Amino acid sequence: MNTQSNGISGSFESQPITAAVVRTTRPLYWSLRRELWENRFIYIAPLAAAGLFLLAFLISLIHLPARIRSASPLNLEQYREVISRPYDTVAGLMMLACMLVSVFYCLDALYGERRDRSILFWKSLPVSDATTVLAKVIVPFVIVPLVTTAIGVATQFVMALVSSVVLLASGLSVATLWASLSLPRMSLLLLYHILTAHTYWPAPIYCWMLLVSCSVRRAPFLWAILPPLAVAGAEKLLFHTSYVGDLLLGRFFGSAPTQASGADYIFPTNPMAHITPAEYMSSPGLWIGLLISAGFVLVAVRLRRYREPI
Amino acid sequence: MSVIEARNLRKTFGSTVALDGIDLHVEEGRIIGLIGPNGAGKTTALNTILGLAPHQGELRVLSRDPWKERDQLMRDVCFIADVAVLPRWMRVFQALDYMEGVHPRFDRAKAKAFLAKTTINGKSRVRELSKGMVAQLHLALVMAIDARLLVLDEPTLGLDILYRKQFYDSLLNDYFDSTRTIIVTTHQVEEVQNVLTDLMFIDRGRIVLNCTMEEFDARYAEVMVRPEQVAAARALHPIHERQGLGRSILLFDRADRQQLAAVGEVRTPSIADLFVAVMGNHAVPTQGVRK
Repeated sequence: MNTQSNGISGSFESQPITAAVVRTTRPLYWSLRRELWENRFIYIAPLAAAGLFLLAFLISLIHLPARIRSASPLNLEQYREVISRPYDTVAGLMMLACMLVSVFYCLDALYGERRDRSILFWKSLPVSDATTVLAKVIVPFVIVPLVTTAIGVATQFVMALVSSVVLLASGLSVATLWASLSLPRMSLLLLYHILTAHTYWPAPIYCWMLLVSCSVRRAPFLWAILPPLAVAGAEKLLFHTSYVGDLLLGRFFGSAPTQASGADYIFPTNPMAHITPAEYMSSPGLWIGLLISAGFVLVAVRLRRYREPI
Repeated sequence: MSVIEARNLRKTFGSTVALDGIDLHVEEGRIIGLIGPNGAGKTTALNTILGLAPHQGELRVLSRDPWKERDQLMRDVCFIADVAVLPRWMRVFQALDYMEGVHPRFDRAKAKAFLAKTTINGKSRVRELSKGMVAQLHLALVMAIDARLLVLDEPTLGLDILYRKQFYDSLLNDYFDSTRTIIVTTHQVEEVQNVLTDLMFIDRGRIVLNCTMEEFDARYAEVMVRPEQVAAARALHPIHERQGLGRSILLFDRADRQQLAAVGEVRTPSIADLFVAVMGNHAVPTQGVRK
């Protein structure tokens, strides 16, 4: 905001507006800080997974020079196959981490504070239920995808750096390695894929879990998965169809229209991957899903008003 | 100006009536003891006042509807619901940061000054603190808020005598003034007797006694009566009678002090004894009650 240059009349008008903005954003900011203090697994779990993988990768580097020599440097695609598999594995690991962290977070988000009675402390402060729930929605929809992507990208850079050192030490070309990896593009693709396929496409599932964590007195995990399973089972039994099951599985395991899926499956962070953001953004499935998600969140906000320790 | 204004406040859980039409008028600068047996509706009453539960009937707290405007109300109201509600994972400095962040009336320096008098380490997590220290921490957080109404629901439950004494001492000396109001519920009535300005008994969702402590002192008298004078004393219509130290102890409401002095030694009753008398008469008559 450009309050200083507005002159006296402008700053008089903008002051209450600024104050109002501060009044709404400060509690939201601190509610987010609270989520990150409380749920450190959001970054520790992906870090630990990446760390373990990195360790295994470093050990495997002993064989790297031999593998490079056996691959033909002229055939870039074959070369990439040899080189890039571990990088794809890290990317896949972080996609999985993103989903698992979000699931565990959402199932506990509005349940844990009731179980440990701290909801009475949170409610004794001038923070509205809407702000609290919004902070808990921001975690799986902004924080988790960014954190997992950042950890994945950082891990890949460390892997590439250490590989370069090993290759240099064995007198092999580093340039081909970096050229075939094209890390910046892989990073962007990872961010794109995590956001589209593992964050906003399955949004209704995450928001459903948030709603369940706000509703039940016990076992939110069971309450979150059993009713949808029961519906899918009933459909199978009565109509011998599996629309519900396919729909739910498709939501969760990413049948998002993010890539043009050709005959050959190509890994989503492969630099050759062809992305179609326009198709994604214009798919009705995405927007219907987001609308349902918003509905779940609104119900959760209303419910939290009535919630007390369990 | 009035802090709490309630008319015909009702709350039911299914067929159970938790609040059965309460009228309440609380002025500022009071310390009110809300005393009642388990399940009398104390916590329910406080929850409606704090906007934690919906209610029927009219209720205004600091001119706001607590159920609809809880978040705004909490700028002027704070409460300690229970000693164990601070999140166990939280570190002391995080609690200070968070309060400073979300509460416009929180004075961090004040909270730190309170904490400096304790042995609480700023880096400790709540789960590492003893029960008494958690209560001290919560009190430090709450007393650093420039609030107009403070609600304490069993704030000293499970604490040892030293902590309980300190708790009320700091509340009176460092916090309370004529612009603030405090409502406290407790079962340990003997330790709040000299703290309160007002006394309220609640039973089965109704307020059965509501008086200031001056009225309490003026209205109620307890007389230690020797066996030979018991008959004369009973003629003065005691509201309760019990035995102790070889004498009968009779409790009177609005009795003539001179007549009482003639039958025995007169003194001010404890809140606990009055509680037993009032609740005993109200509910099933207990032993020793004569009507």
